[in-house]
Amino acid sequence: MAKYLLLKHYRGAPASANDVPMDQWSQEEISAHLQYMRDFAARLEETGEFVDSQALAPEGTWVRYDGEGRPPVTDGPFAETKDLIAGWMVIDVDSYERAVELAGELSAAPGAGGKPIHEWLELRPFYGVQPTITE
Amino acid sequence: MPQMDEALLRSLTPSVLTVLVRRGADFAAAEDAVQDALVEAVRVWPADRPRDPKGWLVTVAWRKFLDAARSDAARRRREDRLEEEPAPGPAPAVDDTLQLYFLCAHPSLTPASAVALTLRAVGGLTTRQIAEAYLVPEATMAQRISRAKRTVSGVRFDQPGDVATVLRVLYLVFNEGYSGDVDLAAEAIRLTRQLAARIDHPEVAGLLALMLLHHARRAARTAPDGSLVPLAEQDRGRWDTALIAEGVVILQGALARDRLGEFQAQAAVAALHADAPTAEETDWVQIVEWYDELARLTDSPVVRLNRAVAVGEADGPRAGLAALAALDASLPRHTAVAAYLHERDGDLATAARLYAEAAHKAPNLAERAHLTRQAARLNARRSR
Repeated sequence: MAKYLLLKHYRGAPASANDVPMDQWSQEEISAHLQYMRDFAARLEETGEFVDSQALAPEGTWVRYDGEGRPPVTDGPFAETKDLIAGWMVIDVDSYERAVELAGELSAAPGAGGKPIHEWLELRPFYGVQPTITE
Repeated sequence: MPQMDEALLRSLTPSVLTVLVRRGADFAAAEDAVQDALVEAVRVWPADRPRDPKGWLVTVAWRKFLDAARSDAARRRREDRLEEEPAPGPAPAVDDTLQLYFLCAHPSLTPASAVALTLRAVGGLTTRQIAEAYLVPEATMAQRISRAKRTVSGVRFDQPGDVATVLRVLYLVFNEGYSGDVDLAAEAIRLTRQLAARIDHPEVAGLLALMLLHHARRAARTAPDGSLVPLAEQDRGRWDTALIAEGVVILQGALARDRLGEFQAQAAVAALHADAPTAEETDWVQIVEWYDELARLTDSPVVRLNRAVAVGEADGPRAGLAALAALDASLPRHTAVAAYLHERDGDLATAARLYAEAAHKAPNLAERAHLTRQAARLNARRSR
């Protein structure tokens, strides 16, 4: 088994095919989308491939150390930040092919007009563990 | 284990713990011993339920405590003085549960620690259940609890505490709602009921009434698809009338004492909502008066924000917007309230824009989805 991170971006991903913001959808389209996302996670729990899923608020803060005895420096949020993560799902699957298949399904979530969003998701493998038997 | 037995175990937890402390066990060790005894009860009771459950728990917990103290002492190569202590007699009838509440909510604890310790020592929940409810790893929760116990280790058990800190903790537990297999709202109500039975205090009654009145609406608060249903749109037929009636009686008893506090005032607002057969029949004028009382008692900006909503209903959206203009725009939910009042005022374009902005700042996913829906609803209406 191998773990993969499916990353969803607020900004930074190539534009989706069906790129209409959610506040322009109909109530039914919003319901259908949320239902699809719930069903997807529930299905992965059933197949034993779901690990975690979290969503992040769009605005954060940059923080860095500013030397002994001084409070950390904070800055931002920067409107120009190109890459803004919206949330993730961690899956534990048998193969890279399976991970790609699931990411494809998640990207097919319905949006405006009830049609798939075709949203670009970023798929990143976790580093695995050092195997006990190496020879 | 049958549900009834689990409830019994949990209700006996605080009194068993205080028996051990009265016998001279220090709080931290006694608390561990009681947890071990609870685990043992879950294992043994289904096949062999004792006739005297409390006596059984005290005996087992005391034995666990002695075992732990012995191995501890042996490890430190000290003389085992506990061997010489007299065998435990019957459990004393003194009820120290109240002291336990004070200790677990001690002002030296952070809110998160006080909540965890209260749920374990007073509520009888296992570390795993508490960890699941707060979505943290079990090891993290175990550390939080043991640090909390170290923090209060120097506090004398028989000192009176401050009811206000206990109420804060119970309020936090109630507000956390529902996740995992433990219903924290129901647990908070159980613990507050238990407290109310032991102390005669109008704010304890006020908090209990507040919880009951809110809990009564729980079934109506979410749609079958999990989305939020705002108060005005809830199916009032699904409110639990028995809980409402109980909450109102408790609140009336508290208010009659004429020692108003913030929980009684909050409960009064909840009671006025519960009292309205339809949203349109809500007595907003009285609700504004209660928010004025609350603002006097707490001076909280959140109260003033709620008051602006109530003013908008009582005196019209323009009055609500005027009240809102006096508040700091960076307050949580300020934008959402502004959106609502602009919609009521007929300015749909501004309302749609503000709903989308409020969704962007929403503190949780359910509210984000709800606010996005409001923006979408107005956008659809405007484009038609």
